[in-house]
Amino acid sequence: MDDIKELITEQIPRLRRYAHALTGNRVRADDLVQDTLERSWSRRHLWRRGSDLRAWLFAIMHNVFVNQLRKNSAAPGHVPFDEVFDPPSGSSPDEALELRDLASALERLPTEYREVLLLVGLEQMRYEDVAEILGVPLGTVMSRLSRGRDRLRALLSGQPPVLRRIK
Amino acid sequence: MSHGKPVEEFDLQAYVDRRLDPAHRAEVEEYLAAHPDQAERVRAFARQNAMLQALFDPVLAQPVPERLPRVLETSPDRRLWRYFAMAASLAVALAIGWILRGEQRISPPPGLSFAEQAAVAHVIYTPEVLHPVEVGAAQEDHLVKWLTKRLGEPVQAPDLGKLGYRLIGGRLLPGREKPAAQFMYEDARGQRLTLYVSTDVTANQETAFRYARKDGVSVFYWVDGPLGYALSAETPREQLLTVAETVYRDLNR
Repeated sequence: MDDIKELITEQIPRLRRYAHALTGNRVRADDLVQDTLERSWSRRHLWRRGSDLRAWLFAIMHNVFVNQLRKNSAAPGHVPFDEVFDPPSGSSPDEALELRDLASALERLPTEYREVLLLVGLEQMRYEDVAEILGVPLGTVMSRLSRGRDRLRALLSGQPPVLRRIK
Repeated sequence: MSHGKPVEEFDLQAYVDRRLDPAHRAEVEEYLAAHPDQAERVRAFARQNAMLQALFDPVLAQPVPERLPRVLETSPDRRLWRYFAMAASLAVALAIGWILRGEQRISPPPGLSFAEQAAVAHVIYTPEVLHPVEVGAAQEDHLVKWLTKRLGEPVQAPDLGKLGYRLIGGRLLPGREKPAAQFMYEDARGQRLTLYVSTDVTANQETAFRYARKDGVSVFYWVDGPLGYALSAETPREQLLTVAETVYRDLNR
């Protein structure tokens, strides 16, 4: 039983990376990871040994996240993405600004698109695994990916860069 | 593009994510050379991937807050104490109810509709980790006999295995006038749904499926002979409808 503890522990950094990107907020991200760990730990008997543990954990995180969104939909706590923004050391000021734009564009992307974009682009997951995690057909994943990427591209190019960058 | 299928949107996305084999990849490149607008689009998407990683990869290197791995230290014993405490307060409540039994009826507020009673019972019991049910699925025969006896009508736990839900067990609940039964199911992701069965309905009024939603819980309910059924889950309407239809069919086999 102890090896499952180790296996889950190994996944914590990746769960945190995804949660940060998903929520755009440090505190909410770690709360989400904690809820995910609690839920998966209490249900660890449901994990089929030999199956992809990471996909199982991400599926639980997706469920927890969606339930929380539904509960909070009455009073959406709007937290700016900038809070999570931490320009990687060594990035030039231009790159830093570009990443800041990305963070704020991501925030404006509908959740369904954001999830797919992050699972594919950031987590580098296979499309089939993404479908499994989100509990939707592969075709839905592909159309969300395509529309989400177009939407993000429009948001990134549509921002008035001069105004944003002077403040 | 002299060979193979025409390049489609799927191929472009898979190209961005480097999911194509070399031959297929070459075809897409040939296509992109002839379609500069699509080439521009694909370049932008690849850049999105790179930027997402540049923005969020640093999280991987951050120290993990202590509270996270600590979750996995929770031994069953410590949880058990919480439930002992809860069970104790429930016992006190039941004892008070017993003492007051002549004075007033312990039952759901009279204003609650059948579907609402089911939704409330769903919300109360599905989050339970150790005691979601009174009698587990291992004793399914006993469970069904017991609930049948208490409700005074033949109840059954439908088989939802085809839909990926397994029976966890069930419990007896107070209804408005008569007792009600709750069966709980769970799928591999831990998503739970409950079937609430009660005789507290206008009997023998066959009804169509009706749908209600309360605090994020979807409920399909219907009357079939002497029993009213309500199926609840935190899923969208369409998904639950499929389950409701299976339940209905299985009960009428």
